[in-house]
Amino acid sequence: MKIDYKHRQSAHCENGATAGLITHHGIEISEAMTFGIGAGLFFGYIPFIRLNHLPLTTFRVATGSIFKRVTKELGITIKTRKFSNQQQAMDVLDETIARGIPVGLQTGAWWLPYFPDAYRFHFNMHNLVVFGKKDNSYLISDSVFPEPVVCAVDDLRKARFAKGALAPKGKMYYLSEVPDRIDMPKAIINGIKTVTKAMLKYPLPIIGVSGIRFLARRVESWPIKLGHEKALLYLGQLIRMQEEIGTGGAGFRFIYAAFLQEAAVHLANDRFIEFSERMTLIGDRWREFAVRAARNCKGRAGNEDSYPAMANILMEIADLEEGLYRELAEAVA
Amino acid sequence: MRKEEVPQDQGIADGLKEVTYAVDENGDYVLVPSTGWEPKNISNYQAWEGIAEQIRTARQQVLNNEASPLAYHMARNLMDVSLLAQYMGIMRWRVKRHLKPRIFMKLNQNILHRYASLLKITVAQLQDISLVEELKIPGQDRK
Repeated sequence: MKIDYKHRQSAHCENGATAGLITHHGIEISEAMTFGIGAGLFFGYIPFIRLNHLPLTTFRVATGSIFKRVTKELGITIKTRKFSNQQQAMDVLDETIARGIPVGLQTGAWWLPYFPDAYRFHFNMHNLVVFGKKDNSYLISDSVFPEPVVCAVDDLRKARFAKGALAPKGKMYYLSEVPDRIDMPKAIINGIKTVTKAMLKYPLPIIGVSGIRFLARRVESWPIKLGHEKALLYLGQLIRMQEEIGTGGAGFRFIYAAFLQEAAVHLANDRFIEFSERMTLIGDRWREFAVRAARNCKGRAGNEDSYPAMANILMEIADLEEGLYRELAEAVA
Repeated sequence: MRKEEVPQDQGIADGLKEVTYAVDENGDYVLVPSTGWEPKNISNYQAWEGIAEQIRTARQQVLNNEASPLAYHMARNLMDVSLLAQYMGIMRWRVKRHLKPRIFMKLNQNILHRYASLLKITVAQLQDISLVEELKIPGQDRK
């Protein structure tokens, strides 16, 4: 059986799954809008959480919260379930798609056979949508891929019950009720308020624009504190977090700029076009930072790529972002 | 970033095109497929080099009979003792024991089968030391 589900490639898996499910239920929504209303934009430099023994930097909110926020803002009722019994988890999935409802799943990317080797990590927060089943395989819209994919039942079961950090425990989600009318401008404004608040007022110095400044000071001290080799590993990790599959470029800043551009239309306010342009320029600065960091990793750093110079770019980015969030906050107040 | 500036640097993605956001000639945001970007390739290869190094170390330990083949397959599957133990549903200290060649030699078929099926190989492959090889880094031989 196969549900008539429209597959769209997107930059990020959770945005893509969320936007796809909502659009399927009759509310046409883009990835960027999903990201913006879901208040996905964020910054955190969290040195005490380690990934591959290197500090975690994040440019977006924790997975799962975009889906939760967007559906809440749009007044959509959702169903979320986790399972302890694997067979039951597969049975409920089958029953739900048999009722014609596409289902979002949290999975461990390691077990998905259609993933290219380069992306097969034990990463347990990969979102996809199941929209059918045929010959012991599921039809899957994995929004990171250009086309729909198929996955054998047993592989998907393993992916749903991947072990390790943030294990999915068979988590599935779908939309159960969609309102007739939605208040898009209000949802947009609330999404922006959440982001500006987190970026400007989060009461921790490692979060938001103060987090970017915190990172800038750390970057400057890395070669002294860690030594040359290790500093390069830290830089490499930072580039990966910023540009890894899913960010749409520049740590989600470009996606957010696309959202602000769409917001200008919905709010009938041309100031948001200017906000969008400024966010694009901020994204370009992040990319410039990545270029310089990568030159260091490659051993081709020139004078302009020194650690103090890179820290300077981050400080400038923090100033630019702070200015933009302050004006955004005013505009939606 | 402008549409025509979206990088197309072949590398780690190995042919998969990802969506990048960029502005077109009218200043409108569009989704542009990208085969990759050099800074990203560089940082990813750096990470893969680290993984390859771990696998190399594990391989050498197996060849020197300092570790069981399981140690190699664990590294090859990007697992550590903790993750492997979770997947096997056994305590970590047991996995650690199984990494010792002498203990591994005496393991019963049942547990060998469970390891092999988890690692998607046969028991014979799991035991065969001649199969431990170095990692090919994705997308790199193509470059």
